[in-house]
Amino acid sequence: MPPEPPPLVFTSVRLLDPASGLDAPGELLVRGGRIADLGPGPHARPEGAMVVDGAGAVLCPGLVDMRVALGEPGFEYRETLDSAAAAAAAGGITTLAALPDSRPAIDDPALVHFLRMRGEATGSLTVLPYGALTRGCRGEEMAELGLLREAGAVAFTDGARTIGPARLMQRALAYARALGARIVQHPEEPSLAEGGAATSGELATRLGLPAIPACAEAMQVARDIRLAELTGGAVHFAHVSTGEALGLIRAAKARGLPVTCDTAPPYFDLNETAIGDFRTYAKLSPPLRGEADRLAVVAALADGTIDAIASDHQPRDADDKRLPFAQAAPGGAGLATLLGVTLAQVHGGALDLARALGLLTAAPASLLAAEAGRLARGAPADLCLFAPERAWRVAAGALAGKAQNTPFDGRALEGVVSGTWKAGRRVFG
Amino acid sequence: MSGSVRRHLLAIEGMQPSEILSLLDLAENYALLNRSGKTQRDLLRGRTLINLFFEDSTRTRTSFELAGKRLGADVINMAVATSSVNKGETLLDTAATLNAMHCDLLVVRHGQSGAPSLLARKVDAAVINAGDGTHEHPTQALLDALTIRRRKGRIAGLTVAICGDITHSRVARSNIHLLGALGARVRVIGPPTLIPAEIGRLGVEVFHDTPAGLAGADVVMALRLQTERMVRGLVPSAREYFRFWGLDADKLAAARADALVMHPGPMNRGVEIDSAIADDPVRSVIKEQVEMGVAVRMAVLDALARSARRHAA
Repeated sequence: MPPEPPPLVFTSVRLLDPASGLDAPGELLVRGGRIADLGPGPHARPEGAMVVDGAGAVLCPGLVDMRVALGEPGFEYRETLDSAAAAAAAGGITTLAALPDSRPAIDDPALVHFLRMRGEATGSLTVLPYGALTRGCRGEEMAELGLLREAGAVAFTDGARTIGPARLMQRALAYARALGARIVQHPEEPSLAEGGAATSGELATRLGLPAIPACAEAMQVARDIRLAELTGGAVHFAHVSTGEALGLIRAAKARGLPVTCDTAPPYFDLNETAIGDFRTYAKLSPPLRGEADRLAVVAALADGTIDAIASDHQPRDADDKRLPFAQAAPGGAGLATLLGVTLAQVHGGALDLARALGLLTAAPASLLAAEAGRLARGAPADLCLFAPERAWRVAAGALAGKAQNTPFDGRALEGVVSGTWKAGRRVFG
Repeated sequence: MSGSVRRHLLAIEGMQPSEILSLLDLAENYALLNRSGKTQRDLLRGRTLINLFFEDSTRTRTSFELAGKRLGADVINMAVATSSVNKGETLLDTAATLNAMHCDLLVVRHGQSGAPSLLARKVDAAVINAGDGTHEHPTQALLDALTIRRRKGRIAGLTVAICGDITHSRVARSNIHLLGALGARVRVIGPPTLIPAEIGRLGVEVFHDTPAGLAGADVVMALRLQTERMVRGLVPSAREYFRFWGLDADKLAAARADALVMHPGPMNRGVEIDSAIADDPVRSVIKEQVEMGVAVRMAVLDALARSARRHAA
């Protein structure tokens, strides 16, 4: 371990802690990797303290990204843990939850330990592994959920594969309930989604692409809500993209059912027209939807139906993407743009800054039961400093990390991360 | 990809009516030239045309080959079975190879929608889409329009019924765009499983009942039904399909007495079209479509070669 860093003082920052509602100019003191004090200041400067002058920028908890596919293990040509850590740090992310559909799948306790340790070894990132719900994420027999949980799996999922058979889902929800763990579902009715490359609609018809009806999402959500009700198990729907599914989730929450969900920036920032002229970097799973669905996602962010925003980072290399559209691998890189694209909703007036940051910090931390996402005395000094008004342009090829497959290529954004700290150590900027 | 400086022919969608009409006029001249037995072998002399076919095709490939040769181009056929694509080479590796060969005109047929656009971004040659997946088949729509215009004297105001598997038809899409751009009323007829729910947004009227859809039609186009559609459960059987959507004399009686019958080929006789209709010497213009195919492809090669020269200048 490197030696203990000297105390650190942030001055002239806008302290923003969504969990406590704090949003005020002030200072923050870090000692021993944890937040020692925060408030209007000025604080006494401990001897030898390093001072960071924020010049009015926002200091918030390091972001917690609850849905990330790492290339490692098995797809290192797409992304390694180190390159993902670099991209995360550049995006202000200090904690992420890693999907288990790697090669091998994270279906063994030793692999859960491995991922946690690989995260620690980066020095900049906490990696919280999801456990595979089924062995090999093949959708057949249940993995050793109890042992995986004991090893530190935060929840169970088959990643990008929908948990298809109703009986499997029923048992998974019931069994995981006893472990206090959620089941995270990729909600797309599998037989409707099979072979599809775009959302059903005029554009897919014009382009002659195999299409998936938007209701494939709502159908899966409806079934799983019913199974959550039957078993009492908690289900979490990932990257929800349609108004119809969000309506079902809203109603289930109103009935007090254990149902939560997240969405990803492409689904509130882009619509299906991004795939025009067969742009494979905008080929995602689920596919980008029509404008009415995009607006419904924005509304659900504002009204609290959506619990968190996750990047849904899916690293792909050029060979995965430079193919005819239907053959290209779906998925977009999202770590470096998670904050910027979310802030576009703040600048656009749909969300206030505290609420937007809450969806990126305290809310996902709470879903993952992680000690993260808060500015509070004693909390880990995982911090993100950003200038909310500073503009930049997303450029595929110039992003931090290895994966360059951003669906936001060319998008102008406001909100630049100027520094990221992990346990009080500067890891970016 | 605009107007007179078009580098590639990838799709009918987005083409201006004036651009379509000038191609049809040029093709009309080539149709006359072909009938006169003359050639224009100096026009593409020294130019290389490569037919890159990732899907089997006899008719379209031969038509492009003949068009290229009549204009004096050096024509090379690359079929998927003999190319290195089967050895794991990617589409873009193929593009790099073609660039190194200094190909001028690249005719591409591919089973995937959008593959010619992908190639067009990477090759120096002018790319002509000879059919991509279920997206477009622009030269087929042009030759259909030329055939109709020669027989009917116009396109605007005609009622054209396209019958069959619309969902999987690149011919249907290109024809819908082209005929709509030139002012025809377009109808599509077929079983609900073979018509995309959103096709109406492309400006067509949808019918599931064949006689109702054919009522008053000036032109009737049958589309090929691929047998794999039945395997995938989209229609129960060939005989059921023929009973309700196959073109026969009974159903065709609903169309105008002078209605033209067209088919892009190759035909499944007794599935989407009855032999008596396909071979009807008065109504069927299926052979003329083949003839016009060569003329249209000569016009397209000519126009793109001219455009390439302007780009180079």
